[in-house]
Amino acid sequence: MRRRARYNFKPKHGLIVGVILCIILIILSFRFEGIFYPVRNAVGTVITPMQQGINTVGTFISDRMETLKNIRELIQENKKLKDQVSVLSYENKLLLQNKYELDELRKLYELDQKYFDYPKVAARIIDKDINNWYNVFTIDKGTKDGLAVDMNVLAGSGLVGIITECYYNHSVVRAIIDDKSAVQGMFLKTSDTCFVQGDLKLMEKGKIRVNFISKDAQIEDGYEVVTAHTSPKYLQGILIGYVSDIKLDSSNMTKTAYLTPAVDFERLSEVLIITELKEPLIKELPEEDPSID
Amino acid sequence: MKRGIIYFIEIIICLVLQSSLYPFISLANVMPNLLIILVVSTAYMRGKTTGMIIGFFSGLLLDILYGNLIGLYALFQMLIGYMAGFANAIYSEDDYTLPLVFVAIGDFIYQFLYYVFEFLLRGKLDFPYYFRTIIVPEIIYTVAAATIVYKLLHMVNHRLIRDENKEE
Repeated sequence: MRRRARYNFKPKHGLIVGVILCIILIILSFRFEGIFYPVRNAVGTVITPMQQGINTVGTFISDRMETLKNIRELIQENKKLKDQVSVLSYENKLLLQNKYELDELRKLYELDQKYFDYPKVAARIIDKDINNWYNVFTIDKGTKDGLAVDMNVLAGSGLVGIITECYYNHSVVRAIIDDKSAVQGMFLKTSDTCFVQGDLKLMEKGKIRVNFISKDAQIEDGYEVVTAHTSPKYLQGILIGYVSDIKLDSSNMTKTAYLTPAVDFERLSEVLIITELKEPLIKELPEEDPSID
Repeated sequence: MKRGIIYFIEIIICLVLQSSLYPFISLANVMPNLLIILVVSTAYMRGKTTGMIIGFFSGLLLDILYGNLIGLYALFQMLIGYMAGFANAIYSEDDYTLPLVFVAIGDFIYQFLYYVFEFLLRGKLDFPYYFRTIIVPEIIYTVAAATIVYKLLHMVNHRLIRDENKEE
């Protein structure tokens, strides 16, 4: 056909030839299916990679377009979500605060159950000194609520400290880990007495020094130390902590050890105050308390 | 020779684009018929013979790749190319609107023939329905595509003529 065109045959003749050719092809392919299979296969083999290439490019471009379209939506959505996040995080903070408060109050309630003999008042720590650990802190209850100097302060599962100053609506508490603090303690299992003395150096490790343990005391790591009956200010039987690193002093007369407080002083926010003072009870308690032989 | 290669490349490009870009450039499930644009515009620019040849080969390629019967599309495209060749008599280099009309007519004829051979012969008589849902949308889209494609083809043709003149 091409040759005909070049030799300047009339287009009409070309058309007739073409039509006849087409009809022959149609009849051939209609009559004998699969006769053109090799041709189809060959052409398909050549064209398909091109299509795949174009397809890849097309997919890439349409993906980009989609991305661009999505970006705008995403920006809007992002803005909306950010607003939502700020609202929600605010609410969440409130809820978390409530939860912490609830936890603290629950703990206090448990403690209340544990030391139920003593009348107690719950209080919140409203001021702390700037150290990592509280040595001295202020609570939001005072003489108005029946508190007085020398009342014992508890938290969680153990002793926190003692009220050193008491005002109308707030009090100052010295924690047992304070360098000035010294509590007469006692090993619950053996009834050996000791002195639990706050030490600034040990404070960072979260420990308290335990002095003046009798050299004969049969104590081991992990023994519980409670307030002693001999203590003038602390009610007896309140858990202070667990002993460790027991050593014989150079004097060969006493032992020294470290004590891990039962209370986590770093995370203290609520405390309980026992509104009874030691003195009036001193005659009666030793007989009542089973922990004392 | 150069012209032949260019036409061959044009056919391949149109075919590949049309078949592989289908998911990306189809609107309302119709595709512009790029091959018809190619055949009609070439016939419009170069005359009956060229239009016929291009139509024949592009149709043949289409047949080989997609058709059931080899030669059917070739026949359609060749007839369209031949008919569009008549328009070559009023070919004007600056006219970009008239070829669009021819493309529309050519596409309609192609669609109509396709309908007759693929649907009517199987007893599907509801031509208005097919006309409304397939033929008209495709014609519109094809004409829209032709506004760009024709310009490109025209540019290529212009180049070719210029080069040929230089050689002479």
